[in-house]
Amino acid sequence: MTQHRVLLAALLTACATGTVWAQKSTAEGIAEYRAMLADGNPSDLFEAKGEGLWQQKRGPKNASLEQCDLGKGPGVVKGAFVELPRYFADTQRVQDMESRLLTCMETLQGFNAAEIARTPFGRAEQVNMTALAAYVSAGSRGMKFNLPNNTVQEKTMYEVGKRIFFARSGTHDFSCASCHAEDNKRIRLQDLPNLTKNPGAGNGFGAWPAYRVSNGQMWGMQLRLNDCYRQQRFPYPLFGSDATIALGLYLGVNGKGGESIAPAIKR
Amino acid sequence: MGDPMRIRAQAAGSNATVRVLMAHEMETGQRKDAAGKTIPAWHITDVSATHNGKPVLSAEWGPAVAKNPFLQFTVKGAKAGDKIAVSWKDNKGDTRTDEATVT
Repeated sequence: MTQHRVLLAALLTACATGTVWAQKSTAEGIAEYRAMLADGNPSDLFEAKGEGLWQQKRGPKNASLEQCDLGKGPGVVKGAFVELPRYFADTQRVQDMESRLLTCMETLQGFNAAEIARTPFGRAEQVNMTALAAYVSAGSRGMKFNLPNNTVQEKTMYEVGKRIFFARSGTHDFSCASCHAEDNKRIRLQDLPNLTKNPGAGNGFGAWPAYRVSNGQMWGMQLRLNDCYRQQRFPYPLFGSDATIALGLYLGVNGKGGESIAPAIKR
Repeated sequence: MGDPMRIRAQAAGSNATVRVLMAHEMETGQRKDAAGKTIPAWHITDVSATHNGKPVLSAEWGPAVAKNPFLQFTVKGAKAGDKIAVSWKDNKGDTRTDEATVT
């Protein structure tokens, strides 16, 4: 009798555990949610707006961005995003997509780049910057990351990015690596990608710019990195600063071969 | 004039599935800004769709509809090459119309 009860209890426990296992994992749930939203991804709207801005004559020089060299020659958008950040001889800097767009807005259209860089995200020209970033990234949708990373400047920036990634600092003694350098970590219930290697680096880097459904905002990589620093309780890095570009280059090189799904949708 | 809509219309059997993504703030009028002042309501009030110029859908919308709304509907008897036009009007009197061809 007693033995039966023990057996029954064991069976019940097994059943209960079985039920928990049968539930979808959170990652699967989030993936399903994204798939449902992907059909009406509002980043399409930003992409369309960015395309218009690319062709529109604007700024003090009344020029379009159609001669902007994003690394594959003047005006070439297709495939440019999956090779950024890269070294540009004209500015003698390694630049990511957004800082390069800023350069074009200054040299071609006559905008004041420093002023735009100082503008808070989501206001004035920064709104247009995000739309342009969505448009340029969409030109590489489905393509694989293949950053050149073959000049001394790029290799130096990779090293710098790596050191910034692992540097612990701030009131909470955080680094990017605290959350993003191991497999199978999560924050609350959401999985954290391991950004030091694929598939994490390609998935993480290749998903921005993205539309965040929860706040209805389109975010570029610069704002994404800015938010990482906010969560680490660091001071905000400057828009288009070498530190953010170095980090971007580090992630992009680590994500080599990963597929770009930008502009993506996030919950 | 608002930002462009994205309209996709695909023939499915004897009907067409139309999917529309509209760019609009859809401010409810219930929120307050950083200074504590109410953000005025600004949302789409009327949506209509035509199939080759003939009205097939008309709707009244309010502040409960999400930002950058997505609308999907089926048009009976629409075939490839037909024109589907969608218009919205908001409470500030702004309006936008975009057209797509059924594929």
